[in-house]
Amino acid sequence: MKALDWLDHRTGYKRLLHETLFENVPGGARWRYVWGSTLAFCFMVQVVTGLALWLAYSPSSQTAWESVYYIQHEMWGGWFLRGVHHYTAHAMTVLLVVHLMQVVIDGAYKAPREFNFWSGIVLLLLTLALSLTGYLLPWDQKGFWATKVATNIAAITPVIGPSLQKLVVGGNDYGHHTLTRFFALHAGIIPGLIIAFIVGHIYLFRKHGLTPKLPKRRPDAAFWPDQVLRDAVACLAVLVVVLFLVFRYHGAELGAPADPSEPFSAARPEWYFLFLFELLKYFPGGTEVWGAIVLPGLLMAVLAAMPFIGNWKLGHRFNLAFLWAMMGGVAALTFLAIGADRSNPNHTIAVRTAEQEAHRAVVLARGPDGIPITGAVTLLRNDPLTQGPKIFAKSCASCHRYDGHDGLGGQPKDKASAADLKGFASRAWLTGLFDPAKVDGSLYFGDTAHKRGKMVKYVKEDVASLDDAGKKELAQAIVALSAEARLKAQREQDRQDEALIATGTKALIGTKLSCIDCHRFHEDGEELGTAPDLTGYGSREWIVGIITNPEHQRFYGAKNDRMPAFGEEKQLTPHEIGLVTDWLRGEWYEPAAKKPE
Amino acid sequence: MDTPSAPDSAPPPAGDRREFLTKAAAIAIGGAITAVPPIAGLCVFLDPLRREASAGASVLVASLSALTEGGEPRKFPVLADKVDAWNRATNVPVGAVYLQRLKDNKIRALNVVCPHAGCFVDFRPAQNKYHCPCHDSSFGLDGAILDPKSPSPRPLDELPVEIRKGTEVWVTFQNFRAGEHKKIPV
Ligand code: FES
Repeated sequence: MKALDWLDHRTGYKRLLHETLFENVPGGARWRYVWGSTLAFCFMVQVVTGLALWLAYSPSSQTAWESVYYIQHEMWGGWFLRGVHHYTAHAMTVLLVVHLMQVVIDGAYKAPREFNFWSGIVLLLLTLALSLTGYLLPWDQKGFWATKVATNIAAITPVIGPSLQKLVVGGNDYGHHTLTRFFALHAGIIPGLIIAFIVGHIYLFRKHGLTPKLPKRRPDAAFWPDQVLRDAVACLAVLVVVLFLVFRYHGAELGAPADPSEPFSAARPEWYFLFLFELLKYFPGGTEVWGAIVLPGLLMAVLAAMPFIGNWKLGHRFNLAFLWAMMGGVAALTFLAIGADRSNPNHTIAVRTAEQEAHRAVVLARGPDGIPITGAVTLLRNDPLTQGPKIFAKSCASCHRYDGHDGLGGQPKDKASAADLKGFASRAWLTGLFDPAKVDGSLYFGDTAHKRGKMVKYVKEDVASLDDAGKKELAQAIVALSAEARLKAQREQDRQDEALIATGTKALIGTKLSCIDCHRFHEDGEELGTAPDLTGYGSREWIVGIITNPEHQRFYGAKNDRMPAFGEEKQLTPHEIGLVTDWLRGEWYEPAAKKPE
Repeated sequence: MDTPSAPDSAPPPAGDRREFLTKAAAIAIGGAITAVPPIAGLCVFLDPLRREASAGASVLVASLSALTEGGEPRKFPVLADKVDAWNRATNVPVGAVYLQRLKDNKIRALNVVCPHAGCFVDFRPAQNKYHCPCHDSSFGLDGAILDPKSPSPRPLDELPVEIRKGTEVWVTFQNFRAGEHKKIPV
């Protein structure tokens, strides 16, 4: 005890403690007084988890996504930490609104508490600014595109807009300095302001005391212990909800790395900003400033004027009605936005694609090569599984199909007019090619000029009339020809069937099947120029060759039917041709344990 | 222990000249030392303002044979040099354009960025129009605003095209400020 007295003499802590704990609660403890404390609790959680995230976060356009990925997927409990930070931010927004409603309903904004009310509104806005800046930091597609819309809207602010945008973005375009600036705002400037305003807010709250809910049910009591217990229970409830969400969704979402050249149709802000997003749809060209800036500004002005309006006879009623109307409007717009997206199939597809790319980025990041110095965005740009279908849909699908679709699952406007390339050069695909019933069907040569060519005639006549021995030879030859492609999916089979392939090769150059009467196969057969070369048929090099120039001697020569020389004419870069080739051949990275998608 | 003396309890000696000078000096020095750190920071804070809008550069985007006369618009990435603060990257995607080949070897190039708030617009072949997935602006094939209720303040941004050597499609690529009636380069 003596030691504590000594301490008290030098610090005066007892008085401070007494003031903190024995604050008078008029009418005794009540549940409706807990909201402020839950918010203080949330803020504390954010500061602690935010600092922990800071230990591992790196703000630059080559490292932001990468460091967040590392936190989320590689670090001990990283997903949990991110999850708590993310969902507590949501909880804080909800609690702020509840706190505001409670203050207005109880009339706690009236004189002499004006400054307390205003500091509360500033805190609300600062917290929303924290959400907005935090959304960009992972530098994923979603955060990138949604924030881009937000900063473009900031730019329409009259007079200062364009400069404001430049200052926030750190230049003319998004890049390193956008992240460093957003991070400084998110982790330094805004939290600093929030702390200052919280101090003021609590100081004023203590100065004027609690606004009692009348009539008082019980005699006045001290803050400790009854109200403290209620506050603690409320904070616990908030925490339980947050933890539930963290476990339910396994932490916070992380999309694919931001790519300014990759369209992202699923760009949406965080759910509590959806109402603003939706509101913009109702302001036709040029009037946007009314919806994005003037209207929200006016609503805020009315909110700030509430203490004055409250002095008027019906003022309190007006304030209540205004608040409820505003909340109703926000809720209605939010539901409209969600409803519009739900009923929009394009949005559903965009969201699904976004999820697939996010997942793929993580698979590649965890692959044997890891993330290159240039950042994770190059992982997806160089990934056949991600780019192949897109290139196919853009450049190939006006004639070809892949398993009946355009590579991405859609249907092009033009009817298919060339072979379906799913499983090209595989045993199954070749077996179909040599089926007299199929060769001139739409999966093979049906809709091309080759329909009346020698190959179709050969399959329809010569192959159709093969005897059993001939049929067997054909089957062997197909295995041998398919082995030329060295397909990943057949690698094991090809290794086992080594003897079969040797026999098949003989059949291929044999007189019975007479393939080499037209084709060339390694050392045997015709000179190039009559029919496509079968040497290395379907291999990477062969497919790259035919896409680059189908009119080359090795391929269709002058008999080429409408297929452009994608490489020669520079319609596709060598890199793109490589990607679509690898994709057609099923040649992309898959983690060992999982089965291919 | 003594009761601590309150610092502001001393009576102000009125009209004392020396006292006035002391106050003035304290305020002046205090103000000066407080002003230096923010001024030091302000310069770096304002630095982005001196970054000028970049002039559009002519970029080879596609070969003429990739476009069929009277065909649908097709999207092409625009590869160019890009400076991001301390990094300079060559030949990286800086944006994208829709190219459409009209009659007489004319090419129409439209920037894919929505003039409303910067989302990528989609081409919808089924309806033969462009549509923005963000706030539903819709544009005709020539980029004109189709629905007068569209939030976009102007048509899609058309870019100058040049055909060189008879086969190469060069586009002068440029982005423009969103949300404005006029095309203001950024
Ligand atoms: S960004 Fe295109 S409509 Fe808003």
